[in-house]
Amino acid sequence: MSMSAEAKLLHPGPTVKARMSRDDWVMRGYMIAIGIYLIVALALPLYAMLSKAFETSRFDLAQFQVQVSDEAGNFNAGPVRLDEINAGLGKLPPSDLETSADGRLDLTQFFPDFSFRSPVKYRLIPSGGDAVYLVGSERFTGPEAGEFDSNTFRKVVIRPVQDFGLANFRTYFSTPALFQSIQNSLLISVISTVITVTLAFGFAYALCRSCMPFKGAFRMIAMAPILVPSLLPGIALVYMFGNQGFMKELLLGESVYGPIGIVIGSVFFTFPHAMIIILIALSISDARLYEAATALRASKWRTFWTVTIPGARYGLISAAFVVFNLVITDFGLPKVIGGQYNMLAVDIYKQVIGQQNFQMGAVVSVVLLMPALIAYIVDRQVQKKQVALLSARSVVYQPKPSARFDWLCLGYCMLVALFILTILGVCQFAALVKFWPYDLSFSLKNYDFDRMDGGGWEAYRNSIEMALLTAFIGTTIIFTGAYMVEKSRGFESGRALFQFLAMLPMAIPGMVLGLAYIFFFNDPDNPLHFIYGTMAILVICTITHFYTVSHLTAITALKQIDGEFESVAASLKQPFWRLFGKVTVPVCLPAILDIAIYMFVNAMTTVSAVVFLYSTKTALASVAVLNMDDAGDIAPAAAMGMMIFYTNVAARLAHAGLSRYVLSRTQGWRLR
Amino acid sequence: MGNPAQGGGYLGIRNLYKAFGDFYALKDISLDINQGEFVCFLGPSGCGKTTLLRAIAGLDLQTSGTIRQDGNDISNLPPTERDFGIVFQSYALFPNLSVEKNIAFGLENIGMARDAISARVRELLDLIGLPEQAKKYPAQLSGGQQQRVALARAIAMSPGLLLLDEPLSALDAKVRVHLRHEVKELQRKLGVTTIMVTHDQEEALAMADRIVVMNHGMIEQIGEPTEVYREPENLFVADFIGEMNKLPGEAAGRDSCKLGGLTLNCREHGLAKGAKAIVALRPEDVIPHEMPARKPRAASGNSVPVTIGDMEFLGSFWRTTLTGGALGDVELTAQFSINAVRRLSLKAGKDILVELPADRLRAFPAGSGQ
Repeated sequence: MSMSAEAKLLHPGPTVKARMSRDDWVMRGYMIAIGIYLIVALALPLYAMLSKAFETSRFDLAQFQVQVSDEAGNFNAGPVRLDEINAGLGKLPPSDLETSADGRLDLTQFFPDFSFRSPVKYRLIPSGGDAVYLVGSERFTGPEAGEFDSNTFRKVVIRPVQDFGLANFRTYFSTPALFQSIQNSLLISVISTVITVTLAFGFAYALCRSCMPFKGAFRMIAMAPILVPSLLPGIALVYMFGNQGFMKELLLGESVYGPIGIVIGSVFFTFPHAMIIILIALSISDARLYEAATALRASKWRTFWTVTIPGARYGLISAAFVVFNLVITDFGLPKVIGGQYNMLAVDIYKQVIGQQNFQMGAVVSVVLLMPALIAYIVDRQVQKKQVALLSARSVVYQPKPSARFDWLCLGYCMLVALFILTILGVCQFAALVKFWPYDLSFSLKNYDFDRMDGGGWEAYRNSIEMALLTAFIGTTIIFTGAYMVEKSRGFESGRALFQFLAMLPMAIPGMVLGLAYIFFFNDPDNPLHFIYGTMAILVICTITHFYTVSHLTAITALKQIDGEFESVAASLKQPFWRLFGKVTVPVCLPAILDIAIYMFVNAMTTVSAVVFLYSTKTALASVAVLNMDDAGDIAPAAAMGMMIFYTNVAARLAHAGLSRYVLSRTQGWRLR
Repeated sequence: MGNPAQGGGYLGIRNLYKAFGDFYALKDISLDINQGEFVCFLGPSGCGKTTLLRAIAGLDLQTSGTIRQDGNDISNLPPTERDFGIVFQSYALFPNLSVEKNIAFGLENIGMARDAISARVRELLDLIGLPEQAKKYPAQLSGGQQQRVALARAIAMSPGLLLLDEPLSALDAKVRVHLRHEVKELQRKLGVTTIMVTHDQEEALAMADRIVVMNHGMIEQIGEPTEVYREPENLFVADFIGEMNKLPGEAAGRDSCKLGGLTLNCREHGLAKGAKAIVALRPEDVIPHEMPARKPRAASGNSVPVTIGDMEFLGSFWRTTLTGGALGDVELTAQFSINAVRRLSLKAGKDILVELPADRLRAFPAGSGQ
């Protein structure tokens, strides 16, 4: 340890500082701009929400002294501190002094012989500038004293002081109704995860390892739930197993409203997410391992447990955490089918919308953030390992036909497909009949959305506008941002911070983000307050909510192109944007279109974040489904949900067509 | 000839260091490169040769030290403000642009007329011998053709300095040898100062006017190909370039050394008498002679009686190992020409006399050259 840090530096000359080129300035500036966007659209709202959750309000009686006059109006007695009066009277225990940020404390209660007709005068002496009181609605701050006659003194209230602490969390954990939700949410999420991952594994296994027919069709059907809001299966379940459900008997008297409904619906809407992750994990496993297992005469059963499962383990773990995260953060489904069964995400909604208790909403958000954050971190770690597995090039497994196994797989996949199609079909059928189950004649009256609550056709148009804006602006911001962070020189710390910000949204549940936006943008002191209640805030919120997956798609595509393109362009004295426009964007166009469709579909189906942010002018289709269901218009809710489905199907088809067209037009170089 | 202390030359590098945390990828690199010269940076992987090239290009800045090009200090300039063309091992051709668009990429956008651009592109395509391939995409070309397009793109704007980062490493052996020649021809025709990074000594010997041998971030030797091959300044260079017998011995006189039981005349070595040394001799420098009728019992001068071990036929020559009483435990590898083998009817097990020429025999301090 005798060597100082300085002595370890070998080079004698001064350190060379890079002179920045115009490109460097532009790229860095642009990256900082998007970084600031992420800070404003993500970090600051989250900070506002967190501070709200830890903010406590308490009446500090020691801040005030009161002097009471005699009937002639002479102040003979000296001033007495309010906390001493309170202690003397034994009036308010400390817990009663804890309040909300809007709390007001009436002062007359400390003077048992107070009468507003009395000629007695009161003098209120605040101790300092942070002691605040109101007379009527007029606000006064210390240390100036105020003198009031008895009639006016009635209208004097003191305001609480703000502090930071865990008081809100103590309240939360001492309220069993709220506390119970943690257990409920964890239980439902774990059960749904186990069922979904098991079912999805079987499905992916059949797609990957059998020679059954119709694989393409099964794959498409399995992906369909992504195209609808998560609350749609809830509506279907109401029709199937609800009080008038046609399959009600299957539940043997159990009610679908509650855990059963939430689990079935969760399996439906998380199935495609799990299936695709496991499918990828299975399809990268090495065929040579199976050849080795066969050569060693291992039984099929043994091969399955020693080769297949270990090979897909990262996929399985990743799928499990993704599903867990989706279920525990989902709001729409438990809202529709949860009945009295409380879940964390719904609690946030109830606290904020139902009780207007924003502070408690923030507290529940923090509680919900914990499991979501843990699941996210585990998933990230596992994904990294999976990538490492992928880069070791292996031989692709080619399944061999086996009549019995293929039939088994076909049967299984048909069952799963039947489940998915039934959910969608029931919704569509219910939307097209007059009055399920009493009058099953055909009618379009359920599509007369303008006669229902929820925003009508206007909401549908708003949704499409929002989805298009989100797809267009979001793709632009995310792809260019990913380019800057991936391809610019130097500025390592800034790039690391940007990466962190870009990865953060995935860990933030939509409800939490939406509530954070209320705290941040609805603050009148915020210069960005003007976007509150506009389409802009919905677009910003949705882009931010779905930033991470798109960012990763962009980064993956950018990593696949030669890292020396920028060096070559620089040696040819070309600005980076020429390279970006002429090479990077055309080469990455398939990935860019993927990001756009992902943004569009999610913007159409999202409920959780925007449910706090829409205004009467910017109602959305997905929120309309929720609100119509809430108002008892279940058939129109199903109809609107299916409208979202068909719109997304159309968008997907358009995306497929466009991708093919773009490929044929600009990607001719890919084919030799 | 390239004395770093003098300065001058087209490219002057002074006291360059590159640190990655505590690790130094370049240590005190000073080097001058003359106008029109073809210089190779040669060394094993991780020796810092690519780091040095990227510092010259401004792609990864050095930690300290200066670089002057054509009289200007370019030490901290961004790559766009430096004057160079570059070719990478991966070619880095823009996959979605045709060959002509690739070549024209640097010519567009600088106020050049469209006709002038296409004329220049045609000229370059002729120069690289691919006049018919203008409309094709890179993926439709062979590796060798792609590399030539990359070269054309790099020289399109007539840069003062051409940087080649292992340009031939990704090619087949045959194409590599062919292209080696073509690149050298092109460079001579254009007279552009060129730096090529390679780990292939044959490539460096065949192409370079001067070779900069690097190891562990430092320059081991700078010299013409024949110079670094024949007159290696240290054991690393001796060992890295070409084949070399490295025989454990010790220093004897000022210009002699001990090897096994032998005392041999060798080049002056500057080692203290009795110091452990590595005696180095190239296999092809071993000269075979017929064993005289009266078999000498011991070595006389630098002639040593030996026995031929297994002979290995390698096409243009034979390789064999030589052992013998006088050599002790030492085993000497030698290369004999086909002629010599025929003339002397050399075969395994035969006793012959070999001469180890004193001016080709060197002694380096033991433990060096890692």
